[in-house]
Amino acid sequence: MISLAGRDILHSWGKFVFTGMGLGLLIGITLSMAGIYRGMVADAKVLLDNSGADLWVVQKDTLGPYAEPSSIYDDIWRGIRSIPGVAQAANVTYLTMQVSKNSGDVRVMVAGITPGGPGTPGWPPYLVAGRQITRSHYEAVADIASKLKLGERIKLRRHYYTVVGLTRRMVSSNGDPMVFIPLKDAQEEQFLKDNDAIWAQRRRTAHNPAFNRPGVPGLLDAIIASQSTNPYVNAVLVRVKKGYDPEQVAESIRRWKRLTVYTRSQMKEILVGKLIATAAKQIFMFLVILSLVSSTIVAFIIYTLTLGKIREIAVLKLIGTKNSTIIGLIMKQSIALGLIGFVVGKISATLLMAPIFPKYVLLEPSDSAIGLIAVVVICILSSIVAIRAALKVDPAEAIGG
Amino acid sequence: MSGKGIQIMGLRKRYGSGDTAVDALKKVDMHVAPGEVVGLIGPSGSGKTTLLKCLGAVIEPTAGKMILGDEVIYDDGWKVKDLRALRRDKIGFVFQAPYLIPFLDVTDNVALLPMLAGIPNAEARKRARELLKALDVEHRAKAMPSQLSGGEQQRVAIARGLINCPPVILADEPTAPLDSERALAVIRILNDMAKKLETAIIVVTHDEKIIPTFRRIYHIRDGVTYEEAGEGRNIE
Repeated sequence: MISLAGRDILHSWGKFVFTGMGLGLLIGITLSMAGIYRGMVADAKVLLDNSGADLWVVQKDTLGPYAEPSSIYDDIWRGIRSIPGVAQAANVTYLTMQVSKNSGDVRVMVAGITPGGPGTPGWPPYLVAGRQITRSHYEAVADIASKLKLGERIKLRRHYYTVVGLTRRMVSSNGDPMVFIPLKDAQEEQFLKDNDAIWAQRRRTAHNPAFNRPGVPGLLDAIIASQSTNPYVNAVLVRVKKGYDPEQVAESIRRWKRLTVYTRSQMKEILVGKLIATAAKQIFMFLVILSLVSSTIVAFIIYTLTLGKIREIAVLKLIGTKNSTIIGLIMKQSIALGLIGFVVGKISATLLMAPIFPKYVLLEPSDSAIGLIAVVVICILSSIVAIRAALKVDPAEAIGG
Repeated sequence: MSGKGIQIMGLRKRYGSGDTAVDALKKVDMHVAPGEVVGLIGPSGSGKTTLLKCLGAVIEPTAGKMILGDEVIYDDGWKVKDLRALRRDKIGFVFQAPYLIPFLDVTDNVALLPMLAGIPNAEARKRARELLKALDVEHRAKAMPSQLSGGEQQRVAIARGLINCPPVILADEPTAPLDSERALAVIRILNDMAKKLETAIIVVTHDEKIIPTFRRIYHIRDGVTYEEAGEGRNIE
């Protein structure tokens, strides 16, 4: 038996291809949406992976350092380091800010990292160009997504930094590229005020009789000194020794240091389940809406195509064509339209949309496979209306009268 | 007369019930022998189309008897389970307009019926080409319907009606859209093929050009048929 659907498509291939292309762009957007969600999850995961930490020690009862502000003293790491099972402990600060560069500015997440080297928690694990930070001040390693170049000078708040190294896929959970600078500099950038504000603060302190008491020499200077230094970091990243259970080590830290400690799985839950949950829901809603729109379009197109063939269907029924053959004709055309749309959508999502999206778009083969199955299912469901119309056609219509 | 062909006895068709009931067919008696072409003539509303639909197993008569070949297909109720297969295998249709499938070429339009009946594509196409040759349209075998003239389309439609060698062919105004010359050519073809394939052909028509060609004519008026001898004018 010949394929009636195939012959019809070949006969009016232009109509099918152009309709399929229109549908394909819609499917491309749908796939890109799924890719954006995957990219957000991947960004969150890469942030955890690249930090090199097994545990995140943060301010008590906060979801820091990524989902909520967290502030702990910068000497706590010493005590944590002495807890059994802790291999390494390193302070870290995170600050999302706008960075000025020669050609405009870029939004980045500035990470303050402790002196050390690759392998120290918080450090970029690898570079694609240049070198790691070797000086105590004013050097930076940037993610290449920031478009910063080696040797380029950037301004963070009051200071200029020279980009000495470039790394890749070091991004925040929002997808902002990261810039690594020495911890001391980062603490200053995070908390240090501008000169006018410092001057105003000193003046206020000096005018406060509680701080500027006669007969207590050195009190005012001590208070002013404490106001202009920052002993805080956002978190301590901990690497656990081999053979130790991270949860048990975390429990020790919680017990002895009275801080909140998250394991990797808990931090992943915070990032994926809380930080990007709203965005993920929005994307899911877009996926649902786009799927409904696609279904409606396919249903409308197939219904219109079927109505255009009512007389032929009546003739086919009159000359003894089985209902299953007519159902097959309509359903195969619907699926063919969906497949054309899927191929166009996959190509456009991969080659056109993903590269130009400002966010990381991760198109996973499994998502494409699910998308393909969804398209086929949607096309089958969408053809039901047209099939019902075709089955209602009275073969007597071919005879007329 | 042979027992084959088609015999219709006391066929009735009533639409609706009670006060609104309409008797579209009151008493239809017909017999068309194999190889014979008869005309069915009647004014609008006389019941021609209803009769054609009953004969084509598209609607169910109310009472009567129909014998197709040696098989009783209706006797106060359908005696055949699969009416679709009956239409496919035992009844050929030729319509006023050719109604060819626009996305199939001429050969496949004709070969579609045997293909639907499960005959292999190659065999069905071979039969189609033989028939197209007999109808003098073999040279358009690969053409699409939209590339054919009206006469060629109607010949292809006749080939489609004949391809399964059905015992009966129902032709509904097959010459209506054609000029005199082409209309007579179509009737000539129907006569030739009826003899060649031993098929009974019923031609429903208003066409004055072709009425004189029938040897027998059934008139239908108010749902009742009357037989009349035709002129049987030679159209060789």
